[in-house]
Amino acid sequence: MTYDTVATFSQVASLLLFIAMFIGVIVYTFWPGNRQKFDEAQRKALDLDPQNKR
Amino acid sequence: MTDTTVERHAFSDALAVAGGGLVALVGAMIAIKTTDMAMAFHGVVLALAGILAALYIVTHAFGAKGLQLTDANGYTDGPIRVAVVAAVFWGIAGFLVGDIIAWQLAFPALNLDLPWTTFGRLRPLHTSAVIFAFGGNVLIATSFYVVQRTSQASLLGRYMPYFVVWGFNVFIAIAGTGYLLGITQGKEYAEPEWYADLWLTIVWVVYLLVFLGTVMKRKEPHIYVANWFYLAFIVTVAMLHLVNNATIPVSIFEPKSYIVFAGVQDAMTQWWYGHNAVGFFLTAGFLGIMYYFVPKRVERPVYSYRLSIIHFWTLIFLYIWAGPHHLHYTALPDWAQTLGMTFSIMLWMPSWGGMINGLMTLSGAWDKLRTDPVVRLLAVSVAFYGMSTFEGPLMSIKAVNSLSHYTDWTIGHVHSGALGWVAMVSFGAIYCLVPWLWQRKALYSLKLVEWHFWISTLGILLYITAMWVSGILQGLMWRAYDKLGFLTYSFVETVEAMHPFYIIRAIGGGLFVLGSLIMAYNVWRTIRGDEPVDAKDQPRVAAAPELRPQAAE
Repeated sequence: MTYDTVATFSQVASLLLFIAMFIGVIVYTFWPGNRQKFDEAQRKALDLDPQNKR
Repeated sequence: MTDTTVERHAFSDALAVAGGGLVALVGAMIAIKTTDMAMAFHGVVLALAGILAALYIVTHAFGAKGLQLTDANGYTDGPIRVAVVAAVFWGIAGFLVGDIIAWQLAFPALNLDLPWTTFGRLRPLHTSAVIFAFGGNVLIATSFYVVQRTSQASLLGRYMPYFVVWGFNVFIAIAGTGYLLGITQGKEYAEPEWYADLWLTIVWVVYLLVFLGTVMKRKEPHIYVANWFYLAFIVTVAMLHLVNNATIPVSIFEPKSYIVFAGVQDAMTQWWYGHNAVGFFLTAGFLGIMYYFVPKRVERPVYSYRLSIIHFWTLIFLYIWAGPHHLHYTALPDWAQTLGMTFSIMLWMPSWGGMINGLMTLSGAWDKLRTDPVVRLLAVSVAFYGMSTFEGPLMSIKAVNSLSHYTDWTIGHVHSGALGWVAMVSFGAIYCLVPWLWQRKALYSLKLVEWHFWISTLGILLYITAMWVSGILQGLMWRAYDKLGFLTYSFVETVEAMHPFYIIRAIGGGLFVLGSLIMAYNVWRTIRGDEPVDAKDQPRVAAAPELRPQAAE
């Protein structure tokens, strides 16, 4: 196994891995079931101080 | 209080005293055994810190009332107040040392011809003071504040949060005095020697435990995005610190150590560390500030929560690969240089996604930019974030880098990020936090924030424009050849050409110091509880949450 083989293998493997991870992030972000969770979290920073509690 | 709580507190009091004693013992051993005067001094510092901590707990915790370490609102805000004051102090110190060395570059005689005040020793003092002392205390303070509020839980541990803050500041004192006394391992932004590194490792592990433990006992189901950024910052900095400081000391009682890596591997490890100190210390952590304090101050939710998730994951996965752009045209393999450049360019997108998310949070409340200088500090910081994260990828392109590398352009770029983004967002957070933490109904003076904003913005503009011109001039002079292939300019001619820009830069830095002094005065008057001079001009969120008038809904 030469340096070139290792370098090429790691480059291709990480390319595929990163694209897969990126697709995973996009799917997670736009998954319809997650919508409500994110909408609630969006207001989180504002709603948690004592005077804003409902 | 139930009996078990009393017992638990007594146990942790005793444990904390023992811990202080142990630290004192280790410090005393170092002071006695070492042959190096500077390391002996550091042993004394450590021993004193341990003794003072133990004495304080012994005299305060074992009385009838015990030590009350949490506030009436149920949160552990004491260590945050310490970190905020420390941040203001180190900020001024770090900016001032920076300005002194800026004047030294223009007028070298100002190094006083003394070893302790030479550029070589003051420069790491400046960088560490602003990045780690000022920035670090801001990050510890804001992360502890945000994680408690968004988790609806107090910080984990009775003494651990205090240990994190005081322990970190002891590290800063040891590191900073070490530079002045000539102790350094010569790695940029990682100058402290092995024993200071070990101490920081202990502090950092406790920091991680406190942060994670607080997140784990949260009463809110979802972990708010700001906490993700803070956690990424804490975890990654731990990893970077451990790998880049893998050294073998010549003796456990001597300061000198040798790094385990050699040659280009060492260089690559160093810049993997160095660039991710920018990516995770100076970016991810401060984005945590942006995602909490901008919505909080303008009373609007984050523009897009989904964008913040994509921002987070893409930023985290891309940043870690960008380091090789510091080693263009060196012995580093070509493909690694290209990889560093490619990832740097890709980083432009998550960075701008984050910038847009931060700025658009003001959507519908743009008038606050005019009426509230704290909002302006926060918004301008995000704009500078956008600008420097555009400039960075540009400079990482090999063709551009061949002109910009080793010139003042790099210094200008770093300062548009450090002064424009990191410091401005920190100032905004400090102006928010001080009335909130000390239970005040407003800042002492919003007018002074206005002055601080304009003076430091002017300072930044003078600084970065001077460095752009100086850097590009320098780069072009270095590469100028005559028709016979000889260099047109000698090195000293390029130095001479930069002189006026060095003076402009030092004036800009001086304005920035002046701004931070105004902030310190304002913070001090607010903490002292003086009646605000312009409370009616301040938004209702300027007041501590407990003192705020109800929102009109």
